[in-house]
Amino acid sequence: MGKIGIIIKREYLTRVVKKSFLVMTIIGPILMAALMIGPAYLAHMDEESAKDILVIDQTGAFQKYRLNSTYLTNYRLKKDSVPFDSSKVMVRRLPDTKNLKFIFLDKDMSLSEAKELLRNTENYALLLIPHNFVSQPMINLYSKKEAVLGITSYLENKLEKEIQIEKLKIKGVDPDILRNTKTDINVSTIIIEESGEEKESFSAITMIMGIAGGFLIYFFIFMYGAQVMRGVIEEKTNRIIEVIISSVKPFELMMGKIIGVALVGLTQFLLWIILTSIIVSTVTAVLTVPQSEIIKQQAPTSIMGGTSNIATTNFADDTNKVDTIVKQLNKFIASVNWGLILGSFLFYFIFGYLMYAALFAAIGSAVDNEADTQQFMLPVTIPLILGLVMMQTILENPDGTIAYWFSIIPLTSPIVMMMRIPFGVPVIDLVLSMIILVSSFFFFTWLSGKIYRVGILMYGKKVNYKEIWKWIRYH
Amino acid sequence: MPERMTFLKIENISKTYIQHQALDNVSIDVKKGSVFGLLGPNGAGKTTLIRIINQIIAPDQGEVFLDGKKLLPEDVRNIGYLPEERGLYKKMKVGEQAIYLARLKGLSRKEAVERLKYWFKKFEITAWWDKKVEELSKGMQQKIQFIVTILHEPKLLIFDEPFSGFDPINANLLKNEILDLKEKGATIIFSTHNMASVEEICDDIALINNSKKILDGSVKDVKASYKSNRYKIVFDGAINAMQLSLRHQYKVLENETKENTTNLILEVSDTSISTNDLIASLLPLGKIRSFSDIVPSIDEIFIKVVNENKPAL
Repeated sequence: MGKIGIIIKREYLTRVVKKSFLVMTIIGPILMAALMIGPAYLAHMDEESAKDILVIDQTGAFQKYRLNSTYLTNYRLKKDSVPFDSSKVMVRRLPDTKNLKFIFLDKDMSLSEAKELLRNTENYALLLIPHNFVSQPMINLYSKKEAVLGITSYLENKLEKEIQIEKLKIKGVDPDILRNTKTDINVSTIIIEESGEEKESFSAITMIMGIAGGFLIYFFIFMYGAQVMRGVIEEKTNRIIEVIISSVKPFELMMGKIIGVALVGLTQFLLWIILTSIIVSTVTAVLTVPQSEIIKQQAPTSIMGGTSNIATTNFADDTNKVDTIVKQLNKFIASVNWGLILGSFLFYFIFGYLMYAALFAAIGSAVDNEADTQQFMLPVTIPLILGLVMMQTILENPDGTIAYWFSIIPLTSPIVMMMRIPFGVPVIDLVLSMIILVSSFFFFTWLSGKIYRVGILMYGKKVNYKEIWKWIRYH
Repeated sequence: MPERMTFLKIENISKTYIQHQALDNVSIDVKKGSVFGLLGPNGAGKTTLIRIINQIIAPDQGEVFLDGKKLLPEDVRNIGYLPEERGLYKKMKVGEQAIYLARLKGLSRKEAVERLKYWFKKFEITAWWDKKVEELSKGMQQKIQFIVTILHEPKLLIFDEPFSGFDPINANLLKNEILDLKEKGATIIFSTHNMASVEEICDDIALINNSKKILDGSVKDVKASYKSNRYKIVFDGAINAMQLSLRHQYKVLENETKENTTNLILEVSDTSISTNDLIASLLPLGKIRSFSDIVPSIDEIFIKVVNENKPAL
C-alpha cells in the first residue's frame, strides 16, 4: 500500500468507527423510510378516526332519509351508549367521505338543542344549512375545536356545486342531464421519444426524484466537505501536520483525506440504501398482510345483506386503487432509466464532492480554528445554496435557460443536473456539464493544493483574501 | 578525533517568502556521526532551513546533499524530524497512532509493532498502548513523539527545540537517548536558542541570524577563536600589589580583596607568554588558590556575534 493508501485507510477507519457515523447510519434510513411510509400510514390513521358531523338541513334538500325522531330521543337519553345507525342517514347530496360522516338531524330541531347535543356527544361539529341557503349561500359550522381546514374546503366545494345545480334546476334544466354531463378528467402525459417510442410520464414522481437527487447531492457535499475541512483544522491545531508532511507530500495528505472521507460518504450512502429498503419492505409487508386478510374475511359476508355489501364494495374499490397505484408504480419504475439516474448520481456526487472538498480543505488550511472559517465559507456555500434555492424554478421548467446554465456551471451543476435528469436531459448537455465538472475538479484541486501547502504551516496569522491570492501566485 | 566525512551538505541555500527573506545563501556541512547545533534567535531562519532539509518546502536556490547524493523524496525514510510545533491526533489511540506515523515513514506494520514494543518497554509506557492521546499528560505525549521520530532508525535526526516543554527529568532522558543514538552512528541536528544545552552535547555549531549564517565550526574552535586571553587568579589573603604593577606583560582588569580572598583578573597583551611563565611571575604575589582561563560561553559568543551583526538602523 502506498502512503496515500495508508492515509486513506486512517481517514476512513477513524470516521467509520465514530459514534456519529453509527447514529447517522441508523437515523438516515429511519427518516427516509418514515418519509416514504409516513404519508401512507397517516392517511390510514385518518381513515380510522373519521369525524361525525351533525347536520340541520332546513332546506331538506341534502338528505334522503330523515332521522327517526324516536331514535333521536332514545339517542339523546342514552347518549353515547347508542351509536348512530348511519345506514339510516345515508345521503346522496352530501356524501360521507373517508374522514367525514354526516349525521342528519330533524330539520326542525332548534339550534340550541342541536348545540346541546354536540356538546354532550363525541360528534365533531354541527353544520347548519339555513332554509334560504340557495338565495343566500351562507352556512355556519359549529365545532368544539378549531375546524380542520379540509372540512371547510370540502363543504364549500360540495355546497357550491349543489347551489349551482339548484339554480340550474330553477332555470328548468333536468337534473339527469346535469348528472350525465359530469366528467372526470385524468390527464396522462406521454413523452414522444426521439426514437418514436411513446412513454407515459409521471410528473409527480419525476419531480420527487429530481428533488431527492438534488437534495441528496447538496447534503452529501455539505456534510462531507465540512468533515474534510474540520479534519484539516484538527491537524493544524493539533500540530501534527508538520510531523506528517515530513513523511508525505502535503498534496498526498490532502488527497488522502479527501478520498478517505469520500469513501466514508459512499459507505454511508450504500448502508442507507440497504437499510432503507429493508425497513420499507418489512414495514409494507407487515402493513399489507392484515389488509388482504380482512378482504378475504369480508368477501363471504357480501352475499348476506345490503349494508355489508356496500362496505365490501368500498373496500374492493380501495384495493383496486392500491392495485392501480402499484401498477402505475411498476410502469413508472420500468419507464425510468435507473442506470442513467444512479450512474449520474454517483458521478455528480463523486466529482461534485471532490471539487468542493478540495475547496473546503483549502479553507481549513488557511485558518487556525473553525470560528475563522466564516469569511471563506461564504463564497463556497453560496453556489451550493443557490442550487437549492433555484430548485422550484428548475423543476417548473427543467429545460429553461436558468436550468440549463445552472446545470452547466460546475459549482451548481451537481445539484441542478440531478434535478433535471429525471425529466430527461439532452445528451449534449449532460456530456458538456460532466466535462466541465471534471475539469473544474482538476482546477480547484490544483488551486486548493497551492493554498493548502502554504496554509498548513501558517500559525497565528489572520488570513484574508489578499494573503491567499499571494499564496496562489507564490510558486 | 579523526576528521569525519560530511553527511549532510547544504549548499548556498536561499529562500524568500512573500515579502520576507528567510535564508540568504546559507551553506552548512554536517559531519557523519556528529551532533550539530543549529543556533540562532527566533525568526532567524532555522526552521525554514530544517523544513528545506525535510523537503517540506523547496529552496529558491541552492542544493542539499545527503551522504554525497542529491536529496530525493525517498530520503524521508532516512530522516527523523521532531518539529518545534509538534502534536498528535488527540482522539487516536497511542499504539495505533505510532504505527500509522511509522508506516508513513515506510516501515511495515510488523516492523513498526516490533520496534514500538521495544521502545515502549524501554520507556516503561507499555500500559499506554491502548489509551487515547488526550488522556496523556504533555510529557507523556512528548515521549511518544520522540519514539515516533526515531523509530524508523533514520541516519539523520533533526530536533527542533527538543527540550521545550520537557520537565528536567524527561529532558535528561531525552539528552541521554540523543547521545546514545549518536554512539550508534546517527547524525544529529539540533536546533535551539537554548545555548546551555549546546555546549554539552554538540560537536559543531552554526549560528544563523537575520537569514544569514554568521558563524560556524566545532564548539572547541569557536570558543578558541573567541578566546579573550584573560585569566582569573584567586589568592588566599591579600597580595603584594606593588609587585603586580611592575609587570608589563599584562593589564590588570580587576583586583579585589574580600573576606580574605583576592580575585585578580588579568588580560595578557603579549600572546607569546606561556601560561607557565605567567604563573611563575604570579607566584611571588601571594598564595595562589586557583588559576583559570576565562573562556566565553557559547551564550556570550552568541550575544556578542548577534550584536556585532545587527543591521545598522
